[in-house]
Amino acid sequence: MRYLRPRAAIAGIGELKPQRRTDGITTLELLMRVSAEAIRDAAMAPQAIDGLLVAPQVGETPQHVPATVAEYFGMRPTMANTVDLGGASGTGMVWRAAAAIAAGQCESVLCVIGNHRNSPAPRSPNRNPAREFDTPFGASGANTSYALLMQAHMARYGCTAEDYAEIAAGSRTNAQSNPMAIFYGKPASVEDVLASPMITSPLHLLEIVMPVAGADAVIVTTAETANQGPHRPVHLLGAGEKVTHRVVSQAPELTSGPLKFAIERALSQSAMTIEEMDFLSLYDCYTIMVATTIEDAGLCKPGEFGAWFKHNGGMGPQARQPINTHGGQLGFGQPDLAGGMTHLVEAVRQIRGNTPGRQIDGCETALVTGNGATMSEAVALILGGAP
Amino acid sequence: MTAFEDLAVPGPTTTPLSEPFWQAAEEGRLLIQRCIECGYAVFYPRPLCTNCWADALCWEEASGKGKLKSFSKILKPGHPGWASIAPFFVGLVQLTEGPTMLSTVLTGGREPSIDAPLSLTPTNVGGRILPCFSLT
Repeated sequence: MRYLRPRAAIAGIGELKPQRRTDGITTLELLMRVSAEAIRDAAMAPQAIDGLLVAPQVGETPQHVPATVAEYFGMRPTMANTVDLGGASGTGMVWRAAAAIAAGQCESVLCVIGNHRNSPAPRSPNRNPAREFDTPFGASGANTSYALLMQAHMARYGCTAEDYAEIAAGSRTNAQSNPMAIFYGKPASVEDVLASPMITSPLHLLEIVMPVAGADAVIVTTAETANQGPHRPVHLLGAGEKVTHRVVSQAPELTSGPLKFAIERALSQSAMTIEEMDFLSLYDCYTIMVATTIEDAGLCKPGEFGAWFKHNGGMGPQARQPINTHGGQLGFGQPDLAGGMTHLVEAVRQIRGNTPGRQIDGCETALVTGNGATMSEAVALILGGAP
Repeated sequence: MTAFEDLAVPGPTTTPLSEPFWQAAEEGRLLIQRCIECGYAVFYPRPLCTNCWADALCWEEASGKGKLKSFSKILKPGHPGWASIAPFFVGLVQLTEGPTMLSTVLTGGREPSIDAPLSLTPTNVGGRILPCFSLT
């Protein structure tokens, strides 16, 4: 049964080419450029946008982020908020936008995330339990958290280093069809992944996303308004969300995450099955994240992602269920919190049906996942093309 | 090779609530909290029980025994202060009392394995005694 009727649709998308450095450029500039692209893509007037959802990291603005962004853009939204779900923020924005529209507070919502990458990168100003009880023991940053998740997964199920490396190599292969990707022109084989330096065991360098600057945006509006646009509307058919912890030591489970619940709810709302998804746009900060998501989505039994992956025929547009055709963040680069939104933008492109060089034949449906912190903030969306 | 005590690394950002935990750590003891309403064991320090939310948490000295839920050998530390001692191990330590904490794991040159038994080994890290663990 469908709880969310396809009242909301994605009518516009924008994405900036990722860059390693943007010295001198502010995040607000990047956000305004990518937002203009999304509004232009939807063929809407900027004045028609009356909702605004942003993510927390906007330059040096710790508070009043939506007001700062609205003023900078020259917008006066009737619904504005910050969505703070790490890499799940972009997907988390979409159902919130739909809910705000359904609540009668706005009609067309700009969801935008981006970040500059200016040197030197600031160290975290956290004064919270993560800082107090993890950092003093030598475990700073996400790499070690995901290494701990991966070690537990490997030990429990006996998956091999090659199984995980296939995901990094497949992502790099997909990136060769996306000129925007940071690793366009730079493929990597399973052997290359395994030969890359060990950073924090069992994670190799090429199993970890490259941090880049960038920005992504989508316009969420009513299905009716989206019908008037120049593109095939992409409907929101289902959504699910769950948050379980912040630091990895407090995770209720190490080998399965809250996406399991989020995907189940999203599929249930859409009244579809995981097998019916023509495209899997899976959040991939690390190889282990994709492995766990494949298993949590019910595509295979826990521990069997490696065999499923081979049976799937890899990740490309010709695979049984293609994965991350834009290269994923492992191939595209991770523009900070916007990294999660790259999966959303690619799903919209695939369902529209005009993704040159990597279009999936007959792509009608997609699962888009977002993940934040230590496999702890999860949002899943089911998208479908307008009939 | 640098010793743990010579590292210039960030120490804990203590709060008045967590002060007894770190005070005990300095003395080589590991404290957790126990809810006298529901019996739940809590780590890290909270004002209220995370199971029943009662205002009934008491400090309790942990046995210092646990097992390794997962581990990583860190070759490129997230904080540059740790670089001189890399590679070193961190792990998720499930205390016999129930809660899990992250800690530095001293392996004595051995490769750890999941579920390996661990014991509390108070260690001077950058001039502070921290509740680290070692393979038993």
